[in-house]
Amino acid sequence: MNSLRKQRLQVVLLIMLAGVLASGLIIYMLGQNANYFYTPSQIAQGEAPQGVFLRAGGMVVEGSLLRDPDSLAVEFRVTDGNAVLVIQYRGILPDLFDEGEAAIAAGKVDQNLVLQATEVLAKHDENYMPPEVAESMSEAYLNKRKAEGYSR
Amino acid sequence: MNRIALFLPLALFAVLTVVLLLGLDKDPAELPSALVGEPFPIFSLPSLHDANQMLAEQDILGDVVLVNVWATWCFACRIEHAMLNQLAEQGVKVIGLNYKDNREAAIDWLRKRGDPYAFSIFDERGGLGIDLGVYGAPETYLLDATGTIRHRRVGVVDDRVWNSEFRDLYAQLVSNKR
Amino acid sequence: MTVELGHIALIVALCLAIIQAVIPMIGSFSGHTSWMRLGHSMAVGQFVFVALSFACLSAAFVQDDFSVAYVANNSNTLLPLHFKLSAVWGAHEGSLLLWSLILSGWSAAVALCSGKLPLVLSARVLSVLGAISVGFALFTLLTSNPFDRILPVSPIEGSDLNPLLQDFGLIVHPPMLYMGYVGFSVPFAFAIAALIGGQFDSAWARWSRPWINVSWVFLTIGISLGSWWAYYELGWGGWWFWDPVENASFMPWLAGTALMHSISASEKRGVFRSWTLLLAILTFSLSLLGTFLVRSGVLTSVHAFASDPERGVFILLFLGIVVGASLLLFALRGPTMRSATTYSGWSRETMLLINNVFLVSAMAMILIGTLYPLLADVLGMGKISVGPPYFNFFFVPLMSGLMVCLGFAGFTRWKNTEGRALLKKGVLPLTISSVMALVLPLFMVDKLTWSNYSLTAVVTLMLVLWVVTMSLEDLWLKCRGKLSSLSSLSGSYWGMLVAHIGLAVCALGVGLSTAYDVQKDLRMVPGDMTELGGYEFQFIEVKPIEGPNFIAYRADVDVRSGGEFIVRLSPEKRNYKSGGQVMTEADIDGQLHRDLYVSLGEPLGDQAWAIRFQVKPYVRCIWLGSLLMGLGGLLAAFDKRYRRRRQRKIVNSSNEGLAFE
Repeated sequence: MNSLRKQRLQVVLLIMLAGVLASGLIIYMLGQNANYFYTPSQIAQGEAPQGVFLRAGGMVVEGSLLRDPDSLAVEFRVTDGNAVLVIQYRGILPDLFDEGEAAIAAGKVDQNLVLQATEVLAKHDENYMPPEVAESMSEAYLNKRKAEGYSR
Repeated sequence: MNRIALFLPLALFAVLTVVLLLGLDKDPAELPSALVGEPFPIFSLPSLHDANQMLAEQDILGDVVLVNVWATWCFACRIEHAMLNQLAEQGVKVIGLNYKDNREAAIDWLRKRGDPYAFSIFDERGGLGIDLGVYGAPETYLLDATGTIRHRRVGVVDDRVWNSEFRDLYAQLVSNKR
Repeated sequence: MTVELGHIALIVALCLAIIQAVIPMIGSFSGHTSWMRLGHSMAVGQFVFVALSFACLSAAFVQDDFSVAYVANNSNTLLPLHFKLSAVWGAHEGSLLLWSLILSGWSAAVALCSGKLPLVLSARVLSVLGAISVGFALFTLLTSNPFDRILPVSPIEGSDLNPLLQDFGLIVHPPMLYMGYVGFSVPFAFAIAALIGGQFDSAWARWSRPWINVSWVFLTIGISLGSWWAYYELGWGGWWFWDPVENASFMPWLAGTALMHSISASEKRGVFRSWTLLLAILTFSLSLLGTFLVRSGVLTSVHAFASDPERGVFILLFLGIVVGASLLLFALRGPTMRSATTYSGWSRETMLLINNVFLVSAMAMILIGTLYPLLADVLGMGKISVGPPYFNFFFVPLMSGLMVCLGFAGFTRWKNTEGRALLKKGVLPLTISSVMALVLPLFMVDKLTWSNYSLTAVVTLMLVLWVVTMSLEDLWLKCRGKLSSLSSLSGSYWGMLVAHIGLAVCALGVGLSTAYDVQKDLRMVPGDMTELGGYEFQFIEVKPIEGPNFIAYRADVDVRSGGEFIVRLSPEKRNYKSGGQVMTEADIDGQLHRDLYVSLGEPLGDQAWAIRFQVKPYVRCIWLGSLLMGLGGLLAAFDKRYRRRRQRKIVNSSNEGLAFE
């Protein structure tokens, strides 16, 4: 093996090593930072891991918004039409947050299956429902109907 | 050897295209609803015009119908309304699902703009909307005579949408019924 | 009638674009000079007709013609005139028309400035641009026609333009961004023409360079305007979210920056030729990919346009044809020959290569992070969103590495630079920047403790000062300490210097505002006080007010520092009349060294309101730095060299042209 070849081989090996390292890191970081979306039904059934940062959402149940009189702490419930998820949050709610509308919250589920949210997102305009929420709702409805053995 | 390396970007792009193509298929607006092919949800809600008259899923059976989700707060519904009036004139049976709305405003709106609906279901709290998985008004469902959802359109139904998505399916369902 | 006229004008433009795409290309192979010349007049004609079409749509907006669906959906009679005009590109259909307009504008500019180019080359360049025009005109006409009427019954009043878009930043942001996106179609077309002709001498690189620089300037300004808009208009003080749509515009910027650097090596030294060609293709492809991601609805995002799968299919098809064909061409005809020249050691070539590795790696990791949710969805792994920590984890080290290398930019020589000499030049700047970076954070906080001595600030300052001191040292050595010799330095040198310092200023803003940003969300009743970042904020009252097309609550907040009155901030919560949308309008007191940022949340009853207070040190430097970068790009683009060289080249190129035919 002459020196030029040797040099080239080294370069190729170096590039491959860098490539492997980079892809390993990327896969690891994606795994660490990928926030999964869970429906209230999934969380109620304990499918969502506890203490892991995730997103969840649904329709905000009418009359469920409670405010702490002394701070910005709030609690509200969201539903996918089947199960109900309690969300607690401390901070300012987004402009379009409202009861009866869709909302998505990001945070961690605690041992009482309450989502301790660090961020709450609402839809951006009147005619828009986050696709995740819409999908989870129709799924929840189908499951509910199957469970009830409903047929015509 | 070098020439082969030049093909690498093309290969990567091909992979990317496949993912994007599949991603389009996954688009929630494209997969209209988990409910297509399923019976219309059971419900029991008052009529818009008469709070005492209760409507249920039996009331929409027996005919090929369009169920149109609308509201006075929904701007796009204003655009769509003329088309619905036209369809109703042509003899298409359209049922309204008045979604999270105010009863007086809704009745007033129909008086002003014409009422294409055979009847309107008044879903004040959006419960039926949740069961249907409504994204937002307007939305239109095509149901066959057995009450099974055959097609769903999220957004405005205009001439183009009617001709491309609804017309043939509607005609076919009507002839099946006969 | 104007509306129909606009529609027809667009169809005419499409026909001209088809001619522009086909005839000159055939002519360039068959050698018909008149066929090749046709492209130039077609490009100008196409621009005239698209402009006419655009003017007609604008007229429909000004006249409140709500029989046009697009107008009815995005405008109303209450809207002030300037917002009616900007509403033209406020939504999908109109912004596509703006794309077409800008694309035809760039084509016309190429046609008018191409007098000195060999005819074969300019014919092919215009033909490629024409083909892209055809794609966009077809897309507009077939799937998103802004001239569609609502018939038979048209509404009397329109809907509202999304209030978030009723803002100066958003009037200018999309056109700037598109100028950049679309501008990269020109180097793309040059690259394709070079591939078709099989000629990779430095000519195509030299001709593309000014176009690349100008597009890059627009893209830089466009992106920073977008970030600026998000900062003051979304109302909560964030300026970059790693949102898919932001990423979509940032990826072409990174690739374009890499292209701008690698092409200088290709021009001057004839190295990295296939790499530069690939980057030219890549940059424009990423612009198209960005368009696809934003408009197809495959990714959910704050900024996404209403999605329509039909449009998605069309753009994907278009993307597939344009990018697929050009990459295939690249694979078949790309240069494989080793460059005749060599370089070694710490030559400028090596440094540019390292620069490209950093920039393209950053681009690749953003691409992966942006598309991963889509991939996961396709593979049935569930609905995922990738959080900012992923992007920061990769982006920050990559950019830091880039800045370390960037310090040496001015000192390197082509072909070979002695590493030892290079390091020697770095000794003094390294000392200065290290000492200052360690000392300065001591004075940036009120009461110094171990916990508030910010490591982020130290690293930021070190990198920033390193770049600045190295640049200044280079400038000092270049002019040998004589101010008079400053004027002899070339425009492109000044461009490089200003842009590099701009990057440093931008990094300063990013780093320091991250390190020292403080924020408090509070429940407050009138009279309440709070202390934050050395400032006292007092909530005075909330009053209802009335704007031209909205009603609002306006809060008054007095800010004091050490008892001394500084400013009264008045954030608003607006309720738009026609659409019923609610919006947070923050109030900002901006100075170079800090922004005071107050936004009004929701009413909590009993006169209490939720209010967010923020103090953001040096955040303004982010946009100031971007402006400097843009200025640098402009200085480089208008370097006299290009004009001089071109003139000298006339003789050569006409010879080449003859030889070629």
